[in-house]
Amino acid sequence: MRYAVVDSWVVAKRDLIHWVREPVRVFANLAYPVISVLIFGLVFGSAMNVFGGGDYIEFLMPGMFGQTIAFGVATTMMTVSMDADRGVTDRFRASPMSQTGVVAGRSIADLVNSSLELLVLTLCGLVIGWSFHDGLLNALLAFALFLWLRFALVWMGVYLGLLVKPEAAQASWMFLFPLTMFANTFVSPELMPGWLRVVAEWNPLSSTVAAARELFGNPGVGGDSWAAQNSLLLAVLWPAVFVAIFWPLSVLKYRDLSR
Amino acid sequence: MHAEGLRKRFDRNWALDGFDLSVPAGTVCGLLGPNGAGKTTAVRILATLLRLDGGRAEVAGHDVVREAPAVRRQVALNGQQSTVDDVLTGKENLIMWGRLYHLSQRQAAARADELLEQFGLTDAAGKRAKHYSGGMRRRLDLASSFVMRPSVLFLDEPTTGLDPRNRGEVWREVKRVVAEGTTVLLTTQYLDEADQLADQIVVMDTGRVAAQGTPEGLKSQLGGDRIEVVVRDAGELPVVADVLGPHAEVDPDAFRVSAAVADRVAALTRVTSALAAKGVEAEDIALRRPTLDEVFLAITGHRATSEVRA
Repeated sequence: MRYAVVDSWVVAKRDLIHWVREPVRVFANLAYPVISVLIFGLVFGSAMNVFGGGDYIEFLMPGMFGQTIAFGVATTMMTVSMDADRGVTDRFRASPMSQTGVVAGRSIADLVNSSLELLVLTLCGLVIGWSFHDGLLNALLAFALFLWLRFALVWMGVYLGLLVKPEAAQASWMFLFPLTMFANTFVSPELMPGWLRVVAEWNPLSSTVAAARELFGNPGVGGDSWAAQNSLLLAVLWPAVFVAIFWPLSVLKYRDLSR
Repeated sequence: MHAEGLRKRFDRNWALDGFDLSVPAGTVCGLLGPNGAGKTTAVRILATLLRLDGGRAEVAGHDVVREAPAVRRQVALNGQQSTVDDVLTGKENLIMWGRLYHLSQRQAAARADELLEQFGLTDAAGKRAKHYSGGMRRRLDLASSFVMRPSVLFLDEPTTGLDPRNRGEVWREVKRVVAEGTTVLLTTQYLDEADQLADQIVVMDTGRVAAQGTPEGLKSQLGGDRIEVVVRDAGELPVVADVLGPHAEVDPDAFRVSAAVADRVAALTRVTSALAAKGVEAEDIALRRPTLDEVFLAITGHRATSEVRA
């Protein structure tokens, strides 16, 4: 057990050193959300309506946090799938290191990375006029919900990363992009056509984003659906469901490597 | 290291179909065979990375299935690809592996310095591995396998893709660690590599042992020596082939004819005088031992997959 802690720290440190030494990758990851904030917030912002009224930038920021967190699954997939492809995973497996350490290390590194992205986005949001209005504690709770979702996505990313080659992991963007848009991230579901609205309302990402809007005191909260009414509960539950599904799947897949 | 009747199936194909292996401690066993013969599968099973579908194997005194964790503490695996982390420096790479083998930070750092010294990488210790040459990366990769002084080392095609000078460097390191008492199982497609390093050679084909013995032994199994005649004029090749007998092999590109001979000196005398009698002026006549390439061809019925030689 003590070794699990040491091993996960060693693995996490390796990833963190990568980010510090090759900041280009971090900037590339950050560039997209920052540019999106500017484009959607400042360019399209004036033409956007928030269902129920309110400032669009105030509405947009929690959605941007959510999309950035969701894109994190691609980062996890890439790292896992590259380690498997390059034989690093095999060497881990042939060594006496604890197998928990590999994934635990991955979680730590990915959560640190995502926290950094949230921090940069927050600063960016504060500059263009976003803010939280219900106290620091609630704001921190909202960020905790985002990181809880990110933790769940680490497990999804580990499973999918073991499943596919790095090239396919790179292409996961094509699916992630619409999945993060068919949600309440950029536009209120109430303004979407009927079927898409249902998809957007029940999108797990929407629950976290809606809960965060509530905790930040940002506009666009509420809606008729049960999912929208109970976003806080779902923001806790959805990630728990993901963990319950992908934790055992990842463990099985990892064991399967020796089939 | 000892394995009996190993069987491993992927879908419907038996990648290993009753594979036996016995490697005495402190020796090098070269596992040769074409692609798909089951070399890598065998190594992965012995390194506890794959489950068996039949048979049993013991590595470093422990059963690879029931005592996998004990085996893992005694073995190191060096795969076909480099697992060197490009962004970390050479020393950081070694410390990382030391830590994963559960040395303390200070022990890991001390061991890293020792290994850098041994593998001639001290000057490059602080440089990121991405600036290393191919041979340096390979040596760093090898060094990282030696963090725990493993009693068994698996080398899966250790010099694939390296230039001759770098291959020489890797060979030197392998010889050095063997001298320190490590048992090595080496898979390779390069016959000269097995010839250089291995005490014992096992030729695999379709998941089984096709032949085994010492490099010298395998060569003499093939009828011992060969005589080679090189001519100046391609038109004379058939005449020479005729002199060398029914099993002569003609290589028209090299202007060369060769054949197995039983009695070295008698054959030389006979061929020389026969050629003189037919008025053929030979560029060169030589006696030589067969290459492992020829052994391989004779055993498996096809050439080693890779034609690249140093």
